[in-house]
Amino acid sequence: MNSAFFLVLRRMRAPIIVLIVIYAISVIGLTLVPGIDAAGQATPPLSFFHAFYFISYTATTIGFGEIPNAFSDAQRLWVTICIYLTVISWSYSVVTLIALLQDKGFQNTLTTNRFARRVRILKEPFYLICGCGETGNLIARNFDRVGQAFVVLEKEELRVQELDLQDFKTDTPALATDARQPETLLLAGLKHPKCRGVLAVTNDEQSNLAIAIAVRLLNPAIPVIARARSPAVKANMASFGTDHIINPFERFAEHLSLAVAAPERFRLIELLTSLPETPIPESHRPPAGHWILCGYGRFGQAVADRLRPTGITLTIIDPNSTAADQNIAGDGTEARTLLEAGIKSASGIIAGSDNDVNNLSIAVTAAELNPRLYVVTRQNHTANTPLFEAFKGDFSMVPSHIVAQESIAILTTPLLAGFLERLRNRDESWCKQLVERLQGLCDGLTPTVWGIRLNASEAPAAWQTLMHRQAFKLGELLRDGTDRSQPLTAVALLIERADDYFLLPHDNFHLAAGDQVLLAGPLSARRNLELTVRNVNELEYVLWGRDDSGSWLWQRLRKGRAPAD
Amino acid sequence: MNLEKVIFGFFIVLAATLNFGFFIGDIGRPELHNIYELAAALVVSLIATALKFGDRTQIGAIHLSTSLVADLQLIAAAITWGVAEHITGVGMTVHVTSSVVSLSGGALVANIVSVVILIIETVMLRR
Repeated sequence: MNSAFFLVLRRMRAPIIVLIVIYAISVIGLTLVPGIDAAGQATPPLSFFHAFYFISYTATTIGFGEIPNAFSDAQRLWVTICIYLTVISWSYSVVTLIALLQDKGFQNTLTTNRFARRVRILKEPFYLICGCGETGNLIARNFDRVGQAFVVLEKEELRVQELDLQDFKTDTPALATDARQPETLLLAGLKHPKCRGVLAVTNDEQSNLAIAIAVRLLNPAIPVIARARSPAVKANMASFGTDHIINPFERFAEHLSLAVAAPERFRLIELLTSLPETPIPESHRPPAGHWILCGYGRFGQAVADRLRPTGITLTIIDPNSTAADQNIAGDGTEARTLLEAGIKSASGIIAGSDNDVNNLSIAVTAAELNPRLYVVTRQNHTANTPLFEAFKGDFSMVPSHIVAQESIAILTTPLLAGFLERLRNRDESWCKQLVERLQGLCDGLTPTVWGIRLNASEAPAAWQTLMHRQAFKLGELLRDGTDRSQPLTAVALLIERADDYFLLPHDNFHLAAGDQVLLAGPLSARRNLELTVRNVNELEYVLWGRDDSGSWLWQRLRKGRAPAD
Repeated sequence: MNLEKVIFGFFIVLAATLNFGFFIGDIGRPELHNIYELAAALVVSLIATALKFGDRTQIGAIHLSTSLVADLQLIAAAITWGVAEHITGVGMTVHVTSSVVSLSGGALVANIVSVVILIIETVMLRR
């Protein structure tokens, strides 16, 4: 604000001085020129008060006429001169001011100041999203849905303007600037006491790296989640302790290999990490056997490394890579190439180049040659979603979705990582049962996964009750706050107490203060339970059916009226 | 030679001298205080203020504030005069005249402070 204010003052200095001088000359002139009365007798000139009044309305072209009396010709001559002088000086001031407001630099200063001020006054915990492309936008939309505050830095002005048009519930501070600059990060609240974490999800490797290291140095206390596509950048980020590095290619390769090796467990992970309240994804059952991999770049290599241990044999088609099958010429978009690669006997194909059109071409050609083929496509741009949906491949990999899902899962529910960790030694049938439970929770949509810590700040009512009154069981707490005879449609996945983990705790599990509970269910259940654990009256109703307000007077009255028992 | 400093110094000193000219004389006698001198002092003081707009140095900010004080005092004096002549119609009684002149006296103090700051600034720079 300060700098913009001073800039206005500096630019307006000359016009204001001109205005003062012209006013002074005009007013003093009017106090010297004699007037005339109705009888034609000379009267004394206007007083300062009247002269200033007259010039004020004449200079601003309002024009009330000749006040207080009709002017003499001498006065009219002087006023004519004044009119030209004052109007010119006013126009000069106005034009200068408008030019200043049009000034790109000045507007930038204003927007930056406004952004910084709005970040400064944020009262709730927020995340800083650097880069609001496909990934960032997806993350932002989900944060907005669950009511999580966030701040956006994005290089492209257009994308920031699009953000304004997206009907977010909250008014999000967003700034079009280069997030690599440390000053920018500080402006966006990197050292703000409420900043909970930074997401470096720009489409540029070096930017993500720069952001990650800036956060590490400027505010080591908060986590950084960064996207990295190449192993070199990933190693670089890991070297200075970036908290979570997400490589969408590797992640997808892991998913694909898990889907081959343990389809039910993969399904469970997919359900829990997908974006909350979206349609449940179809289950993926990729077959084992012989696969064809088209495109051997970073994605192809990651997939090959993960798929080979599951017992799948691969034929790699890539026009440039030395690791590819050199006898096969082409990139897999022509039928001849695919036939050479043995498509007739293959059980699956992966269209994994960095060109969406080529990937679709590979997928369509392959599906025509062998209709029973399991087709995995890589989709690079969200804009092409309609094409990929029309093709109806078996398994589609969208890098931006993978990064967004993982970031949201890590940030909103830190407990989830612990839960997924414990899935590794569970068998398929256990996973299948849990999947069926979760799918039935919110009719056809994926459940929201969230954690609650029963402490004084997150769940004051529940904490108070557990500490000072009496313990209650998990099943007693998970009740509908509007009608306690109905159980809440939520599944408790995990309870963490100190260093103990209780997987899928039972309804008669005795809760204790400080427990962290990981739950899955619809968003409405989440809001319902949050009110229950925060509000004492709600909690009393849910636990024991007491339906009174907590006011002291009301309790006294009830005690007086209640029969002694 | 710095032209900006010359111009600013000129206006600051001129504001102070004009103000002094208006202020000097028996405080209760309107015939000893020329209205044109007050008008000139006010205009020159306003110009001096505008000249310091956008100066971000510490001393520039102090200059701006002192000359704003002088403006305020002189505007108050002019309004008092105008009200007495045109609105209440009591004319320039001893009471009104002494109010106007004492207000301009306050402005004179601010002007003198400005001049002192100007001298300090000049001595500090030694150029």
